[in-house]
Amino acid sequence: MSETNNQQPITINQKRYMKLSGLEPLVLNENSNFINVGERTNVAGSRKFLRLIKEEKFDEALDIARHQVDGGAQIIDINFDDGLIDGKQAMVRFLNLIAAEPDICRVPIMIDSSKWEIIEAGLQVVQGKCVVNSISLKEGEEKFIWEATQIKRYGAAVIVMAFDEVGQADNYQRRIEIAKRSYDILVNKVNFASEDIIFDLNIFPVATGMDEHKRNAIDFIEATKWVRENLPNVSVSGGVSNVSFSFRGNNGVREAMHSVFLYHAIKNGMNMGILNPALLEVYDDIPKDLLEHVEDVILDRREDATERLLDFAETVKGSKKEAGADLSWRENTLQEKITHALVKGIDAFIIEDVEQARQEAEAPIEVIEGHLMIGMNVVGDLFGAGKMFLPQVVKSARVMKKAVAYLNPFIEAEKSDKSEPVGKILMATVKGDVHDIGKNIVSVVLACNNYEIVDLGVMVPPEKIIQTAIDERVDAIGLSGLITPSLDEMVYLAKEMQRQNFEVPLLIGGATTSKAHTAVKIDTQYKNAVVHVNDASRAVTVVGDLLNKKSSHLYTAKLKKDYDEFRTKFLKRGKEKSYISIEAARKRKYKIDWETTEIKKPNELGIQTLEQLSLKELLPFIDWSPFFRSWDLHGKYPAILTDNLVGEQATELFNDAQKMLQEIIAKQLLKSKAIFSLFEANSINHDDISVHKKGKEIAVFRTLRQQLKKREGIPNLALADFIAPKETKKTDYIGTFCVAIFGAQELANSYKAKEDDYNAIMAQAIADRLAEAFAEYLHKQIRIKHWGYATDEALTNEDLIKENYKGIRPAPGYPACPDHLEKETIWKLLDVENQIGVSLTESLAMWPAAAVSGYYFANKEAKYFGLGKITEDQVTDFATRKGITLEKAKKWLHPNLAEE
Amino acid sequence: MSNIYKELQKRILVLDGAMGTMLQAYKFTEEDFRGKRFIDYPTPLQGNNDLLSITQPEAIKTIHGKYFEAGADIVETNTFSGTTIAMADYQMEDLVYELNYQSAKIAKEVAEEFTKKEPQKPRFVAGSIGPTNRTASMSPDVNDPGYRAVTFNELRIAYKQQVEALLDGGADLLLVETVFDTLNAKAALFAIEEVKDERNIEVPTMLSGTITDASGRTLSGQTAEAFLISVSHIPLLSVGFNCALGANLLQPHLEAIANKTNFAISAHPNAGLPNAFGEYDETPEEMGEQIEEYLKKNLINIIGGCCGTSPEHIKVIANIAKKYQPRKLVIG
Repeated sequence: MSETNNQQPITINQKRYMKLSGLEPLVLNENSNFINVGERTNVAGSRKFLRLIKEEKFDEALDIARHQVDGGAQIIDINFDDGLIDGKQAMVRFLNLIAAEPDICRVPIMIDSSKWEIIEAGLQVVQGKCVVNSISLKEGEEKFIWEATQIKRYGAAVIVMAFDEVGQADNYQRRIEIAKRSYDILVNKVNFASEDIIFDLNIFPVATGMDEHKRNAIDFIEATKWVRENLPNVSVSGGVSNVSFSFRGNNGVREAMHSVFLYHAIKNGMNMGILNPALLEVYDDIPKDLLEHVEDVILDRREDATERLLDFAETVKGSKKEAGADLSWRENTLQEKITHALVKGIDAFIIEDVEQARQEAEAPIEVIEGHLMIGMNVVGDLFGAGKMFLPQVVKSARVMKKAVAYLNPFIEAEKSDKSEPVGKILMATVKGDVHDIGKNIVSVVLACNNYEIVDLGVMVPPEKIIQTAIDERVDAIGLSGLITPSLDEMVYLAKEMQRQNFEVPLLIGGATTSKAHTAVKIDTQYKNAVVHVNDASRAVTVVGDLLNKKSSHLYTAKLKKDYDEFRTKFLKRGKEKSYISIEAARKRKYKIDWETTEIKKPNELGIQTLEQLSLKELLPFIDWSPFFRSWDLHGKYPAILTDNLVGEQATELFNDAQKMLQEIIAKQLLKSKAIFSLFEANSINHDDISVHKKGKEIAVFRTLRQQLKKREGIPNLALADFIAPKETKKTDYIGTFCVAIFGAQELANSYKAKEDDYNAIMAQAIADRLAEAFAEYLHKQIRIKHWGYATDEALTNEDLIKENYKGIRPAPGYPACPDHLEKETIWKLLDVENQIGVSLTESLAMWPAAAVSGYYFANKEAKYFGLGKITEDQVTDFATRKGITLEKAKKWLHPNLAEE
Repeated sequence: MSNIYKELQKRILVLDGAMGTMLQAYKFTEEDFRGKRFIDYPTPLQGNNDLLSITQPEAIKTIHGKYFEAGADIVETNTFSGTTIAMADYQMEDLVYELNYQSAKIAKEVAEEFTKKEPQKPRFVAGSIGPTNRTASMSPDVNDPGYRAVTFNELRIAYKQQVEALLDGGADLLLVETVFDTLNAKAALFAIEEVKDERNIEVPTMLSGTITDASGRTLSGQTAEAFLISVSHIPLLSVGFNCALGANLLQPHLEAIANKTNFAISAHPNAGLPNAFGEYDETPEEMGEQIEEYLKKNLINIIGGCCGTSPEHIKVIANIAKKYQPRKLVIG
């Protein structure tokens, strides 16, 4: 039929402008002002939004979206990239709800994710013309073209990051090269409308003190100019607050930097951006001297610009407080001073103040019941209202404990009654599990609300929990766990409590626990109250309600009903997925072309240990975001340091962590040890990996294969797919490793002995980060040296955190291989316990807790994936292959079994 | 064969009028709808107009002929409800391919007959693609605004099947019409792009929305311009509006998009508003006067009729269209 479409009247060389739509149009033209993209509906940009989504409070999350649109956002950026959120489901749900809110969906949506499946799910539920954020050449042209083609078909504009196979563009030349290349591909190969292309040219910090960062701002600005002049019709965008990153804490300077940067970037063609309007000074209102210093830095006008701005910044007001320096609060009344010290967590004067209070009081106990409790009530109120954050509360508790410790001898001497605790709570990390940061935080929070805590520590057998609960006549039991087998321990304990006719409430918490698991598996075992408390801030109110003699019955009944409804809803929604047999899944395995793929023989085969490494080496490898999460502060590092809500707290916490890190390094308080080895290997029988040495099989790793029914062309993965099968007659290789940080427990205990829970928890959190960093460090050494397949790699720390490198290091117990049993194979193969002293508990958790173990796969096609649910046929097959009973296999794979 | 883009440059093209209104005159009974083939079909079939392409093909042929006779350049296939989603009402999902194929084939035969007679006025067949009876961006459940009765993928798959059958049957172009939910239309456009890509062909595609309330927005809430922007990502032959509230009330919406697009502009309004009995009683002359207003303002490239219009209406419209130049397509 019709020959061609070319008669379509397209006018050549006429400038075209991007048009977007929600219910209403957003049309750019030559007079368009800067387009302001709202960032608060992004789980990385707003802690509150993240929390609401996690709690499935979509109504309140919608209010955030509405607030942004009311506040003038012309586009709203929506992002659900967080490990604990089902991003695809959340994206669809939230966008569907937005579609029913005309005052929100009148503006265009920016669908933001690093995962294509989330982007696509979003594109399928929005009627207007959206913006996709983002795609890039990072994983090569093929993927880039495919995604762009799809985006075009869905009818969206697209943000293209200045990122290619080599890495992120960080200078002028790379920025324009990548932009040009991306543009040519999009316009010529994909036929993408040029006006629908938006370049994000990477805004990086200036004034970092490093020479190579000096031109970060000016390179961006000049690249923007080049792009707008040479790539017709495109837009340029970016995240503005990055530029002032090194002045976090000094908002006066930051605001000026943002304004100056924008002033020049907009003049040169930047026409869109994500920024927080609260952190923006009016360009004309910037004092002349500050303006000059800031422009020197942004435009790289002087060799000594950074030093001069740093010096000048000291004089700039607007940085909210210089803690410690301002002692005016010392002139207030005694009660005000004590309250201030508690709220701010300042312990420098507390003994002095408490002593004064004791002398004024009739009995020392009055100081606790009066002055200190008044102060702690303020803390409790602020915390409850979301105006204080967990690290602050833990610091308050430290001051409180110090004060109480000082007063105790006086109280004992007077032999008066102790202050009556409001309740007694047993806390324990269950058998086989060694992780207790979360449990300690909850304990501290409860303790400073006047609950007596019976802390049984970690790896507590159920009999001991039951017996202690009876002996101590506790009022509630709190269980914590981080690894998946702990979930079954908790179920077992609930059953035991039921069998022995317990009546006290059971609290469940810890990283792998969830409301869903609690409702479906635990709540059904125990007829009394079971509550999932994953947020320490909720612990106080929940326990308060549970132990309130008047209302606890009502509250418990409500809880039971709530969990029952949640359970019904949850079980209903789980039914949609379908699975294929393991046989069928094997036919759909991931196929690497073993004839052409590169197999690099490792430079060094055989077992090696590494014990002399200075912790200093690990510092650049630390991923800080999980550190903040362990303190209930949510957001990505470094953005979290400047977050509107938690930024100040995060910065303070971060500074404290840095201080402790320095001390740990200086005094060698923690020690790192690692063992690793590279072996010859082939995959056999589809799913197993045979490890050999000089032709003799020395171990077999059993891997598990995805069984979820998938679209045509999408493989069902198992880790074995990344190793050459024996039939290929090619020798392939695999690595295994274990790294650990020793001494955290001792260090934490030494702080606990000084009544300093804050630093005790800090020590554990830091040890965890160091262990992860060590794993990252060692993986790099493997890549560039011991195995040597990526000798030329040059990755930034950010790349590492985003796992932009070639090859993977999956760990047993994590999504690609959730089976903890394989750790035993690694332990045997490397003789881990004898060599470096890391042992396995009966639940196969590692001790010390700050440890990481796993495999190395080097093939460039190897990638991380989640196993998802598997069905009984694979479990049976797995048990046979591994030579264990079906019962044992089921016990360990339990969390991954699909419901029949 | 002739190229519709060339014809569009030369003159205002005329689209046919209502199929349903014409079929009503036949007063087909349940038996007529069933024909011999579906005599024992388990569900009632009266009202399944698309089915008549199989059971009463002569009637369909005759109606196409009458519209060409009246001056139409393009007729629409009798496939407004020809998706598995809409046919589920009659449990006729399995018949979707055949319905579309036959409908296109019948229309094409008639069109070729006329083109042969009058080669200077080539005739075209537009495969009619309706909105289905479900909506992808609104919830039918007032208590759950996040619920959806149909997904993008379900729509895409259903539309793809319809598109393939229409093209196999000989449709020259496709007309995605009466769009009340832009997301449904985007699924149709996605399916069309897939077919074009797989078959390595170009298919001129018309897209026509409907604005049914006085606020000037589509049922799914978009303004006319927002709607235009949301469907402009693939090269359309034309974009416009149909059905709705009659010619008069369509005019402001046409004005809202006419100078904002390089695509041709189409309109095929109803014959006014339905009266108390659900009948359209605007005469051809009354409708013609209103449409002449569009043409005077140079808003239109393709003009026709929707519910309530007959070959008489089209005849009047075709005669008026002859007097006016088409809207200029090259801008700048």
